[in-house]
Amino acid sequence: MNSLSEATFQAAQLVAGGDHKLVEIVLLSLRVSLTAVFVACLIGLPFGAAIAVSRFPGRRSLIVVLNALMGLPPVVVGLVVYLLLSRAGPLGSAGLLFTPSAMIIAQAILIVPIVAALSRQVVEDAWQEYREQLRSLGESRLGAAATLLWDVRFSLVTIVLAGFGRAAAEVGAVMIVGGNIDGVTRVMTTAIALETSKGDLPLALGLGFILLTIVLALNAAAYVVKETAQKRYG
Amino acid sequence: MLAPSSLLPLELHEVVLAVGKRRIIDGISMLLETGPRTVIIGPNGAGKSVLLRLCHGLLRPTSGTIRWTSLEPSDGPRRQAMVFQRPVLLRRTALANVAYALAIGGVPRAQRTSRALDALRKVGLEHVADRAARVLSGGEQQRLALARAWALSPEVLFLDEPTASLDPGATHEIEKGIAAIHASGTKIVLVTHNLGQARRLGDEILFLHQGRIAERAPVEQFFRQPASNEAAQFLEGELPW
Repeated sequence: MNSLSEATFQAAQLVAGGDHKLVEIVLLSLRVSLTAVFVACLIGLPFGAAIAVSRFPGRRSLIVVLNALMGLPPVVVGLVVYLLLSRAGPLGSAGLLFTPSAMIIAQAILIVPIVAALSRQVVEDAWQEYREQLRSLGESRLGAAATLLWDVRFSLVTIVLAGFGRAAAEVGAVMIVGGNIDGVTRVMTTAIALETSKGDLPLALGLGFILLTIVLALNAAAYVVKETAQKRYG
Repeated sequence: MLAPSSLLPLELHEVVLAVGKRRIIDGISMLLETGPRTVIIGPNGAGKSVLLRLCHGLLRPTSGTIRWTSLEPSDGPRRQAMVFQRPVLLRRTALANVAYALAIGGVPRAQRTSRALDALRKVGLEHVADRAARVLSGGEQQRLALARAWALSPEVLFLDEPTASLDPGATHEIEKGIAAIHASGTKIVLVTHNLGQARRLGDEILFLHQGRIAERAPVEQFFRQPASNEAAQFLEGELPW
């Protein structure tokens, strides 16, 4: 208990002092996870919406697989991306392994299924309500997917947050493909894992606080935006 | 430029829609022509809304044919529109909802806003053009749905109990709109449970009973002296609604 309070105190000092190393790690974490969420949304949102409004053989199986992939273990994704990007791998020539780009790729793969599966559900619910009206107007299926995606935009905020939460919190994938190299690929989660094993609890704890605070602040902001917008647009 | 040839008349031949063993529409043949406002009435479960959806192309018949005189292009703008019992509006402004329909209808971007505003003005909603559609009152929402259909200048307008959940004032507004749309040359096909509305808005009555047309007659004649037993019973309130 004593070491926890001591660590907390030191962590607060580190955070308050704007420790250079700390700031660097936090910024890289945000850069990697936010970019990964952005990429995952570019792929996952249209994909989910397209599945929601289309009918094709194997659709149900695809949805089951997509839902299951939400639970993809980060270390497995890390391993696969590692194999793809390593020197001998098919994408080895790009030289991306142990760079932030590799971490972005791994996290994006991890959260595409989350974004796609959840947006599929939300858009499909809307489609039930709008289908007759949109067909009556002569809207095409792909047009309907885009229209519905925009119409459920406030619900998508929660989905994006779920994706970001997953990306920011995972350690397995970024550890494997990034390598936790000081000043290059060290992010909050890998740093926490490392500092804990080294016994530097204040830094680990300080990072933990920051991670929690960032996630909390983002969620609060998104909640307020969503509430206000929903009140305005119904 | 040549005017496109008319969609009407619409011809239904031995149209059946079955769900399992139940025939919701049980062999309907009819011709819907330009001009008279057709009002479809009948007890609950007679198949009125289903018939409307078949005509509008939202449902496919199990057997039989539904043929427009000239075909709508499968990928082009539609020349018919429908107003549903419960208006389905997008989470955008009232104006944007109408403009959206115009965009699908192939109206060039530059004309959309002015045409949408014009349609809103016709239903008395120009003052809420910039308000979100979904926070409007029930009556305003249905007027907006009517404006959206009107803006498309459809050749045929199907309406499925458009005033079923509205108060008398809002109902009156909708009826005024429907009359004006008819006056501008659009064929009206209306399903209603409101016999007063059928009298006010109809030129001819199509009385449906158990998936068949039990009677078709001019409105005056139908209400004065229905020719079929079913219609007579229905008007006396003996058939369940």
